[in-house]
Amino acid sequence: MPTEWTVRAITRAMLPILLLLTLVELGSGLVLGSFESELLRYPTLLALVPVTIGTAGNLGSILAARLSTAFHLGTLSFDPTDEELAGNALATVALSVTVFPVVGVGAWGLTSLVGQTRLPVRTVLSVSLASGVVLAVLAVAVTLAATYAAYRFELDPDDVVIPLVTNSCDVLGVLVLFASVQVFV
Amino acid sequence: MSIRDAAVEAYREALPALVASLVGGLVAGVVLGGMRAELRAVPGLLVLVPALLATRGNVYGSLGARIATALHQGLIEPRVTAGDRRLRAAAAAALGNGLLASTFAATAVFLILSVLGSRVAPLPVLVGIAVLAGLLSGVVLVVVVVTVVFAGYRRGRNPDTLVGPIVTTTGDVFGVVFLLVAVRTVLFLGGAV
Repeated sequence: MPTEWTVRAITRAMLPILLLLTLVELGSGLVLGSFESELLRYPTLLALVPVTIGTAGNLGSILAARLSTAFHLGTLSFDPTDEELAGNALATVALSVTVFPVVGVGAWGLTSLVGQTRLPVRTVLSVSLASGVVLAVLAVAVTLAATYAAYRFELDPDDVVIPLVTNSCDVLGVLVLFASVQVFV
Repeated sequence: MSIRDAAVEAYREALPALVASLVGGLVAGVVLGGMRAELRAVPGLLVLVPALLATRGNVYGSLGARIATALHQGLIEPRVTAGDRRLRAAAAAALGNGLLASTFAATAVFLILSVLGSRVAPLPVLVGIAVLAGLLSGVVLVVVVVTVVFAGYRRGRNPDTLVGPIVTTTGDVFGVVFLLVAVRTVLFLGGAV
């Protein structure tokens, strides 16, 4: 049933889930806070934060939107040999391998234009590419699990899956970024 | 369709939107990287950043999706001058919910960091920054989302595919820029009082 267009009706439909998602995001904020000193020492790493979590969320939400459309059209089956499913998952990983080197070099280049880089470009590239590939695999897993759960509980994947996927990719994005900073920096 | 065909099609369709929002994310990141003095001056602000940025995406993404669906159903006209009552209600609800979520996030960060015994800025400072940043970026995002979705629809584009990339790109950039403006304003007022 569509929500009525009044402030009260929209708020009632939106606010509970919004506050819940805010709590989830505070989780990723706390992880950021735990390596605050590294982030403040290296501005390039700080510059990686919004673009890494944003791109991870976008990869997940594009996949979710495509799967949910395929699901509504009835062309999707939850079978590992399903071409549509496997092809979309493969494309997600390929997209991350294309985009994350640009993320790393872009963050390094723009930060050095402002004149503040302290890390070599190789290190920033390693951090972003490693984070990106791990995140793509995680985004595929989360999206498949959420779409499958929506299907089992007979919920519309359009309503449920995208907010769930973008917000959990935010948290995973910060966690993975934290892990690869520990490995490479 | 083979796996390869499905993958190539998905890759081609997703790449432009992904690259557009990547540019927005990089700009936001560089502004954030230049904000280190403010992040040091307001302990707890960094913890608040993901929640504030995500609120923009969640609230104004939902506003955009709602307007796109209403356009498809013919519920609203793609003109701002009409001063449509429904459109005003949807925009006011988005702004109000965004501010409530920002206040909630700032209060929660203050409480959690206090309980953990971490250094944290006073509650009014965090709430003031969150509300001011939410208000400024909210007003701009309402205007951007409504204008772009209407303009795209009038030119025969599917508003559903416009909303996602627009909100993530402008949300990140304006979110961080207005966060910087809000921090400086609150710190200035705090110093002046």
